[in-house]
Amino acid sequence: RDFNERCAQCSEVNWGLTDGGRFYCRSCHNVTERTREVVNTDFITNSRVHTISKGSRKQENNDGRCEWYVCEGFQLILKKQAEALEALGVCPQMKDEVLCNFWRCYLQKSKQAYCDRPAGETLRALSACESSTDVDSEPEPPSILHLLSLSESEGDLQTECSFASSRSKVSESTSVYSGSVDGSLYVVKNQKGKLRMTMPMTLSFCYMALLWLREPMTLSELLRFVVEGHIPYLNAFQHFPEKMKLCGLDLKIFCVESWPVYEEVHNKMLELAAFLDLPRFPDITDSCFLHPDMLCIKYLMEANLPDELHNWTCRVVKKIGIGEVDFLTLVPGNKSTRKVKYDILAAAVIVVALKLLFLLDDHYEWLLSDLAEERNKNNKEGCLYFEFKKWYEVVKHSLDVEQKKLDEEKAKYMWRCEKPLFYSVKNKSKVLKRRQMVVNLQNQFGKLSGSVRRAEKPNPSSFQLSWSEENTDGSCFHGHSLKGILQEKCGLLTAMNPDYWLCTVKLCNEKVCGHLAHYRDVDFPQSYHFVLRLFSFLLRIQPSYIHDEVCMIEHKLFNKKLYKKLKYNTVLRK
Amino acid sequence: SSHEHKLNFKKSKELCLSYIQDAMLQKQWKRAAEFLTFYVESLEKDYSREQIGPSEMIWRIGTEILCHHSHSSMREFNCFIEQMKTLGVKRYLKVCLEHVFHLLCHGQIDEAYQNLSLAESWRFGEQTAIQDKEMKLIQAYRGLLDYYSWSKQKSILLEHGLDGFADLSVEQEMHSSFRKAAVNLKEIIKIPGVWDLFVKCYVDLLEFYGDHDEARQVLNEYAYNSKFPANPNAHVYLYQLLKRHGESKKSLVSALKILHDIVPSHELMIDFNTMLQKSKKSKKRRLGLEVIFAVLDYAGWKESVKAWSCLARQVKQIVISEKHLDWIKQEWNCRKDWWPAFHFSRYLAKRNWLENKSLSYEKALVAGILQGKDCKYFKYVSHQGCKAQVKRFRMLKKFVNRHSPVYLRTS
Repeated sequence: RDFNERCAQCSEVNWGLTDGGRFYCRSCHNVTERTREVVNTDFITNSRVHTISKGSRKQENNDGRCEWYVCEGFQLILKKQAEALEALGVCPQMKDEVLCNFWRCYLQKSKQAYCDRPAGETLRALSACESSTDVDSEPEPPSILHLLSLSESEGDLQTECSFASSRSKVSESTSVYSGSVDGSLYVVKNQKGKLRMTMPMTLSFCYMALLWLREPMTLSELLRFVVEGHIPYLNAFQHFPEKMKLCGLDLKIFCVESWPVYEEVHNKMLELAAFLDLPRFPDITDSCFLHPDMLCIKYLMEANLPDELHNWTCRVVKKIGIGEVDFLTLVPGNKSTRKVKYDILAAAVIVVALKLLFLLDDHYEWLLSDLAEERNKNNKEGCLYFEFKKWYEVVKHSLDVEQKKLDEEKAKYMWRCEKPLFYSVKNKSKVLKRRQMVVNLQNQFGKLSGSVRRAEKPNPSSFQLSWSEENTDGSCFHGHSLKGILQEKCGLLTAMNPDYWLCTVKLCNEKVCGHLAHYRDVDFPQSYHFVLRLFSFLLRIQPSYIHDEVCMIEHKLFNKKLYKKLKYNTVLRK
Repeated sequence: SSHEHKLNFKKSKELCLSYIQDAMLQKQWKRAAEFLTFYVESLEKDYSREQIGPSEMIWRIGTEILCHHSHSSMREFNCFIEQMKTLGVKRYLKVCLEHVFHLLCHGQIDEAYQNLSLAESWRFGEQTAIQDKEMKLIQAYRGLLDYYSWSKQKSILLEHGLDGFADLSVEQEMHSSFRKAAVNLKEIIKIPGVWDLFVKCYVDLLEFYGDHDEARQVLNEYAYNSKFPANPNAHVYLYQLLKRHGESKKSLVSALKILHDIVPSHELMIDFNTMLQKSKKSKKRRLGLEVIFAVLDYAGWKESVKAWSCLARQVKQIVISEKHLDWIKQEWNCRKDWWPAFHFSRYLAKRNWLENKSLSYEKALVAGILQGKDCKYFKYVSHQGCKAQVKRFRMLKKFVNRHSPVYLRTS
């Protein structure tokens, strides 16, 4: 394999292999007559299964590198994430059984291991292009820049990579373009039917495992822990052993420079569940944490709302049947049912309950609040009646403070990892110099900033806002009673509010535009917007997602009325 | 996918930058420094497609913070700038130059000189040619510092000269400084631009060594070469040179005429008017009147006793001679709509009288001639003046009353 002769045309030593197994010169594309022994495509099978199942025996080269495949890298990362989750209190089963099995299943289904003949696409991928140019033409291994142009690029790899001129020696089965053996494969645009592994997908795996075990951790919580640094994600590759060298295209795969979004992770999870042909997930019953009744308790507490509201949320849940086992449990592959986002659903239920009681049209809730205040003056019963106004003031203040902190945190994220990375040996020195300068500047200005740079991550906590009943300043509303805004009718307490306004009369087609409704805060009452903002902060998602769920719930709730209205309209037209 | 709200590296750094900007605008230097520490890692990412990259941002922001922060020292600043110099080769000379300015502002002349010399000897392939302008500036400023040394050495020599001691080495140094300065200063002023400081120094050198012709030539070029941007100071320098050399009135007048055209409110216009009033040629005197009226069109001269006295003197002289009243008429025509409110309101009459009697005197004279004895200003001031029994005001009243018909003819 060590073909070291100089090229006849350009005298360079930079050889590659054509599909026909001939050597050709990369600099001037001069094809020689020299062929190499038949490439044994099976070696990939053997070495992959070998390395994954045995784990530690790697073929080491002289310079302390070893061959490694991208999926091994991901495996390591998943392991670390599972360990972190265990440290947060998730049961060890997750790491040892569930996640492991999911991962093995994935490897098998994507034909990367545990199968007889993996797709021998390594060489073919390197030599074929996905572009629409003449397929029959003599395939040449594409240049690195070409590969990059095919991939969905996020960032400016092209400018940092100076591969076009690099002349590194081709070593045994290690691609020139990446530290891993098959890095280039991952960079090429997604082929149909394949579910290529990405960093956000690691979180999809984690969430899927959590869901399978019905662990008390929602997706929004998981993502929050990731952002807060309790679960490795950004720069997770730091945990790779020394021998697994990362460079070139590997960086594109493992170095992400953005935080994953809820939708993205959730959708990928669903795709993954279907891809793995998983059966119906374990039932989500009403004693599960993920059941809306349970989650509502948590969110009501965090939103500083009275416990009594729980009755109302349960009623809503019951009325529209979203507490049913069949509704809540995930059945992969079933495209017809709308997939449940437990956390968003629970938040939306609370919003609807608030709308039912307080209307939230920027008028009525304040009137009710005044009424409650009046009643409070004459209140002999001991526990206070809930006043919307007071609640709003207290919660808004805290929300604003926390939101401000969060926004500042966003500006202070440190993306670069301790271990400097380089695309090629060539720009190593430049990278190191830059790194040194960055460190110097950080020190210099750090001293001038007057405070110690925060080194500690906040302790992981399930609650972001907490309210204590012991506070004498009356800032905790959990124990307040809703009687102040309810009336008695036939021995039952009902809402005084007879009205309701729908967020939207007609739902959009989710499959077409991605949303059930389109939320713009200027179109809706401020109180409604505030409530959305509150839950948006708690769940770390955009308000529009909660709005979508609210629309969905409302349409279920008022289904009959809407249906009647539509029917009436059609009758009229006749 | 349309996840525009997704937080990525770029957005995070943009956000960081906006926090830095807010902090700087509110002069919260500690906070700005804090956010800057989080921003600097953008250096590790390539921004070659952006207009202003992080390296330039960091240079400029860092400089501002270090300038204003209470705990920063010159040493820290120098250390920072040295790092900035290595960051962007395309900006190298600019950074050097600004560093030099900063050192000069802090009185570190020697360090500044060293830096300039170092920068001058910098070579970097084609960048040297591209950054030619900055290089010229660097050489020019070094020339300026050489001038400064020359100047110091000159004053030492003059002192010693008085004592009778001749210091040969200082003299030699002085001449050497002169040569170095002259070479560089001469170069920069060849390029069209505004080089007031350099020109002045260069001319000073030339004059000292007796090369008056060259000095005159340089200033002529500076003032009259159309390639150079219009620069009132150029004319001022030329005028001052001509005056120093005792040139003819004619050349002085032509130098100042252009200044009047460009900057009618220039302070030299007073001298100009004085010069022109004395002239025997009526054309010149006419110009004089135009000049002084133009000066008083500007708010800055409203309370200038000197300016008003010039105008008053000339107007008085014309009225007494009864010749060229049409001059006054011409000048007053375009001003009679707004000068009364601008200069001669009752409010101003009161204020001027209280604050500055001489001012009110001169103005009253002009007002009385231009607007007649019944105008607000004159009436008030003369009344007050007579009440206070100040002699000249009584004279003024008499004068204006006598020449009142003149007003009728000029209105």
